[in-house]
Amino acid sequence: MEFITMIINGLSIGGTYAMIALGYTMVYGIAKMLNFAHGDIIMVGGYTIVLFFPISPILGIIASVIFCVTVGIVVEKTAYKPLRGASPLAVLITAIGVSKLLQSAAQIFIGSESKGVTVNLGEIRMGEIKINVLTLITIACSAAVMVALTLFVKYTKTGRAMVAVSEDRGAAQLMGINVNFIIMITFIIGSALAAVAGVFLVFKIQDVGTTFGAMPGIKAFAAAVIGGIGSIPGAMVGGLVLGFIEAVCGMVPALSPYTDAIEFAILIIVLLVKPTGFLGKKRREKV
Amino acid sequence: MALLEVKNLDVHYGVIQAIKDISFEVNEGEIVTLIGANGAGKTTTMQSIIGLIHPTRGEIYYDGQKINGIPSHKIVKLGMTQVPEGRRIFSELTVYENLVMGAYTRKDKDGVEKDFKDIYELFPRLEERKNQVAGTLSGGEQQMLAMGRAIMSRPKLLMLDEPSMGLSPLLVDQVFDIIKRFHEKGTTILLVEQNANKSLAISDRAYVLENGRIVLSGTGAELLASEEIKKAYLGG
Repeated sequence: MEFITMIINGLSIGGTYAMIALGYTMVYGIAKMLNFAHGDIIMVGGYTIVLFFPISPILGIIASVIFCVTVGIVVEKTAYKPLRGASPLAVLITAIGVSKLLQSAAQIFIGSESKGVTVNLGEIRMGEIKINVLTLITIACSAAVMVALTLFVKYTKTGRAMVAVSEDRGAAQLMGINVNFIIMITFIIGSALAAVAGVFLVFKIQDVGTTFGAMPGIKAFAAAVIGGIGSIPGAMVGGLVLGFIEAVCGMVPALSPYTDAIEFAILIIVLLVKPTGFLGKKRREKV
Repeated sequence: MALLEVKNLDVHYGVIQAIKDISFEVNEGEIVTLIGANGAGKTTTMQSIIGLIHPTRGEIYYDGQKINGIPSHKIVKLGMTQVPEGRRIFSELTVYENLVMGAYTRKDKDGVEKDFKDIYELFPRLEERKNQVAGTLSGGEQQMLAMGRAIMSRPKLLMLDEPSMGLSPLLVDQVFDIIKRFHEKGTTILLVEQNANKSLAISDRAYVLENGRIVLSGTGAELLASEEIKKAYLGG
């Protein structure tokens, strides 16, 4: 019985990480940058749902997605786009700056006290197992998002253009693909996924502060690296791996205080054994 | 009027000047070749035309319109494209998806459908392998795919950068044969080659690049007969 509970928890936590990791990995693959402000988009989504929740939870989710996407677009246009072609270090520092900016903005406009919501959708019983309905919704939603994204990338013109740009930006331009447009689409998708993940995290943790996105952000980044940064299925696999580690640690009292340490230790081991991550490809040497 | 006109082009990489005051033109319906040794500036010239590199001085006109400064994807929409050096196919996409990418800017579904048929007819290997991931193709097949992908945009001007590089003699012949066929269908061709022999033989006109300058120009036949060219590029 414990085993099934563990699987369900693992899928739920892993699905949330996977949604965030997808944002990291797609932006890395396509824009060739590490967007360290990605975690703070989760925080933006978290605050939005908290503010809108008393009016209507559904409206709150929609508002979260819209607001996160807007912030994502503004950040891309104002902070990252001018640095296209600049050194990776400049872009990285800028991303860290954007992260701090978003946290400070939240502090100024919303305050430094954490805000919370209470969400209880009840439990369903299956024999001896009790499953939280919210957990099931999280799993269903993240699964739907991942399937939709996979289909989008594989079968739409824009999705294939994303693969093309991530593989060879110059050759993609020769096809008439507008790289800036594709990067913008990537930020939109990444921010929308972060918003959804943020909503589920708020429902679970029920408490949002200005650094709310930092820990899930860094773990999802670890997930993206474990899976192979730049690879979409890799982000999904990496997210689930971390989710299951967390679920197992959560159920073993001796391990649970060390959950974070174990997760990052596994990241280090994966990097030592397979530096490209599970599904990451070795970049071809360009002549 | 020339379809493509390059006027007084200078290109720098940092402080190093790769292209020095190059001017040439390609008229509609011609096959024009730029020949030259490694590092002469052929690829730089090609990439400047399509907007992947920004020249420091000079102008590039396509169909009478100044195109330098315009982003590459918009230049492609005007009706030209390039088969880049080293083919640069999308190795993670299938053969079919690569060809679809070639038609990225097109809205005419029927026309695209027809061009798929034409390309599969011209390259039966590509049809056989259409659902295969392009990275698994052989070098020759990848060159065919790169050419097919470029032609899927129905360019008025097709530029090919070293299409014969790294191919077996048999495949080299095939590549030049296909270039001739594209040309017969009305595509204007700008070719960059180290294989001076073969490229001059199919060219209306050619320019010889040396250290970033054009040092010689003439018809394909003239240059083939030229003693200088024979010595420098045709192995005696």
